[in-house]
Amino acid sequence: MYGYAGRILHIDLTTGKTYTEPLNEEYAKKYIGGIGLGIRLWLDHSKPGVDPFSPENPLILTTGPISGTVWPTGGNGHAFVSKSPQSYGVGEAKSHGSFGTELKRAGYDAVIFKGKAERPVYVWIDDDSVQILDASHLMGKSPAETEDAIREELGDYYIRVAAIGPAGEKLVRIACIINDKTRAAGRTGLGAVMGSKNLKAIAVRGTRDIEVAKTEEFMEFVKEFHERMKGPATKKYRTLGTPENVLVHNSLHCMPTRNYNNAHFEGAEKVSGESLNERFVAKIIGCSSCAMRCEHICVVAEGPYKGTMTRMEYEPLWAMGPYCGVDRLDAIIKGMDLCNYYGMDSISAGVIVGFAMDCYENGIITDKDTDGIEARFGNHEALVQLLEKMGKREGIGDILAEGVKIAGEKIGKGAEKLAQHIKGVEVTGYDLRCLKTAALGFAVSFRGADHNRHGAYAFDVKGKVNRLVVEKGRGKMVKDMEDLYTVIDSLIVCKFSRGTYYKGIEDMARLYTLVTGIKMTPEELQRSGERINNVARIFNIREGLGRKDDTLPWKVMNQPITDEGPAKGAYVSQKELDLLLDDYYEARGWTKEGIPTIEKLKELAMDDLIPIVEQKLEKTKTPEE
Amino acid sequence: MVKIHERKFVTADPDKCVGCQVCEFICSFTKENSFNPLKSRIRVVRLNPLVNVSLSCRLCEDPPCVAACPRDALTQSEENGTILVDEDKCNGCGWCIEACDYGAIMIHPEKKVVFVCDLCKEQGEPQCVKWCPEEALDLVTSDVLAQKARIAATKKLFQEALKSTTATS
Repeated sequence: MYGYAGRILHIDLTTGKTYTEPLNEEYAKKYIGGIGLGIRLWLDHSKPGVDPFSPENPLILTTGPISGTVWPTGGNGHAFVSKSPQSYGVGEAKSHGSFGTELKRAGYDAVIFKGKAERPVYVWIDDDSVQILDASHLMGKSPAETEDAIREELGDYYIRVAAIGPAGEKLVRIACIINDKTRAAGRTGLGAVMGSKNLKAIAVRGTRDIEVAKTEEFMEFVKEFHERMKGPATKKYRTLGTPENVLVHNSLHCMPTRNYNNAHFEGAEKVSGESLNERFVAKIIGCSSCAMRCEHICVVAEGPYKGTMTRMEYEPLWAMGPYCGVDRLDAIIKGMDLCNYYGMDSISAGVIVGFAMDCYENGIITDKDTDGIEARFGNHEALVQLLEKMGKREGIGDILAEGVKIAGEKIGKGAEKLAQHIKGVEVTGYDLRCLKTAALGFAVSFRGADHNRHGAYAFDVKGKVNRLVVEKGRGKMVKDMEDLYTVIDSLIVCKFSRGTYYKGIEDMARLYTLVTGIKMTPEELQRSGERINNVARIFNIREGLGRKDDTLPWKVMNQPITDEGPAKGAYVSQKELDLLLDDYYEARGWTKEGIPTIEKLKELAMDDLIPIVEQKLEKTKTPEE
Repeated sequence: MVKIHERKFVTADPDKCVGCQVCEFICSFTKENSFNPLKSRIRVVRLNPLVNVSLSCRLCEDPPCVAACPRDALTQSEENGTILVDEDKCNGCGWCIEACDYGAIMIHPEKKVVFVCDLCKEQGEPQCVKWCPEEALDLVTSDVLAQKARIAATKKLFQEALKSTTATS
């Protein structure tokens, strides 16, 4: 096989046994790789209702068919898939850097971790040799420290490491898995799943050649994309980077501020992308095989957070900045650094702190609960202290480490309403009250509140639709974007490069064919994208999620925007949400309950999964009749 | 023999290098028709996110790798200063690797003999330089490197003066 390594590695951490099996070629074409292949493999290797922290919950690590090649932004990706301890549905997160390319060279399209090690271990994949090694001396270390320690003890400085930090070890539900020190498979808490398996790190060294099917045409295509990446499609990422969004969102009043109490932040200028680049960005670096480079490395040169160095993007900046009312970039950079140190999803971490501050301001929690931390909005010291407590599960951090949904339920006294999440996953930096296409995308996203499953905010932010109203047709728009995004995350190419695919899915189909030699038409690839959304939906349905979970955070539906300006009074009513959901399910060919129909599954050649939906279709029929 | 100040080699500007490894992929593809950094003649080092640089053979004067070879497998090209490996003589003992201060000469994972940058002799020009997306790589003489450094330093020293000249001109 070209592109694909053709092998899946199984590692049973309970017994210590490992073996490989050939990659099912039909799966390769149907589910591509990355999250698509991962979700399908998870379904095959798990039982319904499995607890996310149970040894029976497999953790799947995948590469894509493009991983390992020189393809710009696509040669380096990997993905993790499992059942999320936040949503109890699909957990998936991708990351870039140099880990995925190394894993492909070691010869694997997927690694399936099952069971639970008796004591802390790390797995050392050295081409065909797979060893499970003691990790007790690595416990408590950050992912970056773990990487250094493993390289030192194995005596090879080109080993790539994906590791959890102290948060993952302590089953913090927003724990992530970090590779190459600053790159995170961030969302849905998969670091906690890794921690529940006593798996501290995965170290990889791969020495195999990667070859593509149509070499000359492929290299011509690479050259063309190198040129495209120097052009307008990537300019934002190469210059200000995603923090450019701060002033854009703020001017549209769609930047959730102080835990959704506002949609506009008066301190935005201080934390803008412009300000960040002028004052803190020391260098912009790139992932393996990338030709655009986007990773803005920030260094704090003075003040209380002097010496901090970390990558920065809009989402963490927003979450730990405006969402907490904090207008100091040095504190936000420190917060990001702490998230990397403990190994926590920085978006969720910031949103949780914002939630805690809202609880504090409303008197739901007091100084007694916070061990004296004055958790007021805008208190940057409180931000840093609360992140530390969460990473260590210390004091109030122990409750916050559960994520806003569970924390809200545990704290009670109205805290549930202050918990801004969808399916247990914390919101991201788009005010859904005034971005109604995005609101639909977020509500139906199979991994909970997230902008990266659909990118539907673009229609609203760019003014392609009236963002303040709902109407039929939005369902189809969201569906089409979702189908494209699952392809992107399965090939794995970087979403920042999506604009360079001038012909969209057609360019991607060509790329797939040139690399793998497997003929793929744009229509077939589109269908794979649709198939992956359906398999993800089936995952969620099998685990008990459904229409009731395709909803929006409490404040989005109950607390209209109060800021004077373009979005004043905006919110999403239940009626509007229902209209959007009906429209979306119809576009998807699903039932009113959001269940894929048997016809749809047949159309997508997913007959083998029909038994899962059949049961659910039966159940939902009765009350209607 | 070409004089040392005329000898050109591939060098990376650490200010521009972002550690993307495109040079490694292109090198292994050019020389071996596969994507495998282990077979690249140029290698990236990232010490921390801020410190990235690609390293390859610097074509030293009196190259220590040549001197270190007990089997006389290495010679320096009189034409352009590159290191030539006699694959029949090399037995992969690695003395040259130890002698090289830059880690620029390495053992080939399959052939078990050493290999080193030859400035893409067959292609006519180093492909890594051609492909580097950041234009961080350059084929230069040490003299030109020094010239560039001098100009950069002078620009820095006289930035105020330069500003006023551009303003008035």
